[in-house]
Amino acid sequence: MSATNVAGHAHDQEHHDHRPTGITRWLFTTNHKDIGTMYLLFGLAMALVGGFLSLGIRLELFQPGLQWMQPETFNSFMTLHGLIMVFGSVMPVFVGFANWLIPMQIGATDMAFPRMNNWSFWLLPPAAILLAASFFVPGGAIQSGWTLYPPLYTQSGIAGDMTILAVHILGASSIMGSINIITTVLNLRAPGMALMKMPLFVWTWLITAYLLIAVMPVLAGSVTMLLTDRHFGTSFFNAAGGGDPTMFMHIFWFFGHPEVYIIILPGFGIVSQIIPAFSRKPLFGYASMVYATASIAILSFIVWGHHMFTVGMPAAGQLFFMYATMLIAVPTGVKVFNWISTMWRGSLTFETPMLFALGFLFMFTMGGFTGLVLAIVPIDITVHNTYYVVAHFHYTMVAGASFSIFGGIYYWWPKWSGKMYNEGLGKLHFWWTTIGFNLTFFPQHFLGLAGMPRRVPDYALQFAEWNMVSSIGAFFLTAGQLIFMYNLWSSYRAGKKAEQKQWEGADSLEWTHLPTPAPYHSFETAPVIK
Amino acid sequence: MHNRIREFMRRPAAFLMAAMAALTALPSLASYDINIPPPASPVAAQMYDLHMFILWICVAIFIVVFSAMFYSVFKFRKSQGAKADVNFHESTLIEIIWTVIPFFILIGMAIPATRTVLDMKDASHSDITIKVTGYQWGWQYEYQQDGLSFYSTLSTPWSQIGQPGVPATEAKGKDYLLEVDNPMVVPAGKKVRLLITSNDVIHSWYVPVLGVNQYGIPGFIKDTWFKADKPGAYKGQCNQICGKLHGYMPITVIAKTENEYADWVKQTKTKFALPEVAAAVGSAADASPVAPAATAEDSNKKYTLAELEARGQQVYTANCVACHQANGMGLPNMFPALNKSKVVLGSKAEQIKVVLNGRPGTAMAPFARLSDSELAAVITYTRNSWDNKSGDAIQPAEIKSARK
Repeated sequence: MSATNVAGHAHDQEHHDHRPTGITRWLFTTNHKDIGTMYLLFGLAMALVGGFLSLGIRLELFQPGLQWMQPETFNSFMTLHGLIMVFGSVMPVFVGFANWLIPMQIGATDMAFPRMNNWSFWLLPPAAILLAASFFVPGGAIQSGWTLYPPLYTQSGIAGDMTILAVHILGASSIMGSINIITTVLNLRAPGMALMKMPLFVWTWLITAYLLIAVMPVLAGSVTMLLTDRHFGTSFFNAAGGGDPTMFMHIFWFFGHPEVYIIILPGFGIVSQIIPAFSRKPLFGYASMVYATASIAILSFIVWGHHMFTVGMPAAGQLFFMYATMLIAVPTGVKVFNWISTMWRGSLTFETPMLFALGFLFMFTMGGFTGLVLAIVPIDITVHNTYYVVAHFHYTMVAGASFSIFGGIYYWWPKWSGKMYNEGLGKLHFWWTTIGFNLTFFPQHFLGLAGMPRRVPDYALQFAEWNMVSSIGAFFLTAGQLIFMYNLWSSYRAGKKAEQKQWEGADSLEWTHLPTPAPYHSFETAPVIK
Repeated sequence: MHNRIREFMRRPAAFLMAAMAALTALPSLASYDINIPPPASPVAAQMYDLHMFILWICVAIFIVVFSAMFYSVFKFRKSQGAKADVNFHESTLIEIIWTVIPFFILIGMAIPATRTVLDMKDASHSDITIKVTGYQWGWQYEYQQDGLSFYSTLSTPWSQIGQPGVPATEAKGKDYLLEVDNPMVVPAGKKVRLLITSNDVIHSWYVPVLGVNQYGIPGFIKDTWFKADKPGAYKGQCNQICGKLHGYMPITVIAKTENEYADWVKQTKTKFALPEVAAAVGSAADASPVAPAATAEDSNKKYTLAELEARGQQVYTANCVACHQANGMGLPNMFPALNKSKVVLGSKAEQIKVVLNGRPGTAMAPFARLSDSELAAVITYTRNSWDNKSGDAIQPAEIKSARK
């Protein structure tokens, strides 16, 4: 696309750059940039809470024996760690990216429904409060794991109802956000911004939004059935009344599997912006990347049974879900190959965003391999519900989604704040996090293969050594995140002014057509894309 | 060479991988194991082999793919003068190739996997059948063909486990958290069919070296099978989160030779016969496992205080000691003391209710599965042991009428 007179634009934008002040600015804003910022800050706060819970887990697992907490408290810690990280941190952070970037990248001035956008965000803090408060009510927080299986879930105290309400609220927020994203992308693109010209980040969010709309209602249905089984005399999941606990698993995982693709697809999009920028070459195989993303999304609806291989399912079911799950490796592999081909014959530099993108590429793929191993039913029988699974999903969700988030934050920080972060500290954060992450989670593959179950506060002696290594890694990894927060905070306060186009190879509209920092209102007149 | 090493060290993940690979060359130390333990059944052996097969394929793909990536990282650096070839960003032929080749690799993986799935599912022509019921927090094993039924719970003492704020007072034994009072005993080399269910929430019966991992779903019974290659002890654990003591309900399977197994069945029948058989068997070791209804446990029978206390102590040792301790003192802040307990010394009806129904939301599970006489005995025992001297004798009929 053609570069435009950015200086001219900057002059226009300044007239519109007055922004409201005070607390009411944040409570009532309909501005996609403000809302994006709030999502990001909320996600960061939740990551600290979820991180605290994970340190509690790794502290108890440092050595065999029960030293720090009652087993039921441990169960609550691991349950809320999952719920908060997935629903309270990673998902809102990706929505924060969507809010900040989608309008700018398609040449729109804001999202299609700015007021609903505000409501989508402000639903989140009450939901978070419900989850946090559930620790302090009689009976403590729920103990079922984030997967909420009955009949164990039915035994929960009042925290069970608080959690169901929180899940409903979070789901409503996601559904409204997705409606907003789809409408914005389909209707508000600037003239000339064809669908197949959009940055891949917008494509991945468009597809993610469809997934969300398809499956969040299913989750809502499943937790509502938990609620009625608990309080209104139904027996959906109670065999004594004619129901079946296995049905919950089917319904939950019909949501749950697309959910994990919801967690990773925006990350794929971010990495698809970063790698071309730092290779100074267009993304390889743009059309294939779009089709591969869509294939992954469609396939994600027919694989849910792989979370249930040990339930006593007939062989035909196990085989179907095994084949379908293995198939997802094909489009995922295609994406990995395309990213590497983007780098091939490029002109590469390795600033912090690129380091995180490469770390993502390397370690997410490792998580993909363990996913393929888990897809094979006989192997899954050996390692289902062990630490092998825990290692797999932390490689994909932390080394995958979280690394893409870090990369994206460093990449777009100059555009959002107008300041540059400290590159030395950024690189230090990357290496520290990579080492800490692998120290924490690589040994967990061994623990799982050796047969250590997950969701336990204590373990037999043959698991002691790797658990100790993993716990040391976890504390080391967490400490490194202070570098990240310090870097951004000091940059925000007193950082060097960023360039207008900070990254030589960046070519999406927010870099080519808008000043840095991006003005409060942008593209009030739609640009024409050639 | 020096530069190369430095650049290799700059890739910590790669360095770690190499270190891990090097570790496999060392003699395997029990605690730094990196692979599945040696399998003890034909199915587990297939699982082990399949995992090695898939793992090596993944390693091969990993090497190919990341050689390309690391090559790019070194060869196409701007700092070394590389210029971007901006026209190299599309190739339909390459896309087709790297879609089709992985597809065929997957088919190659799926074929042996399919064979193993079908083998795993075939529980027909079994030699014995055992019904496995998961409880919060222990297992019940019922050998219908032998007339045996018993519970298998953790036997590691809490003094080895410790609790928050109170360190363990005993060193951990080598089978820490993997030992039980009454293991499942099977004949080695014979096909054992398991019928797995649960009494309360979802549990999972997981003994990886035997190749078994299956959920117990309350209200449903699903089967699976295993065959232990040779005599020995095989350990496992509950593998689906089931509440407070999920991490404390292990599994031990002891495989014996055919003769030893037959002896075990004889001895155990007298110890653990099904309630219908209890009255008829007495000390006879070879009573028929199928007893007529008339000899079912008689809940109207009246026992003396001494009989109840004696039986009660057995029941207490088998079911209550893990939490409430042999001295009745429990564990402070974790399991209440029964000694001088208001509940134990208070209303009989109230204590019966707690024992029958448990205390939802706590670790006190319901014990309605015990028979009327067992419950009468154990409650009597608690009311007359340690410093408790109520003189109360609870009769089975009182338990029977308290059940809803």
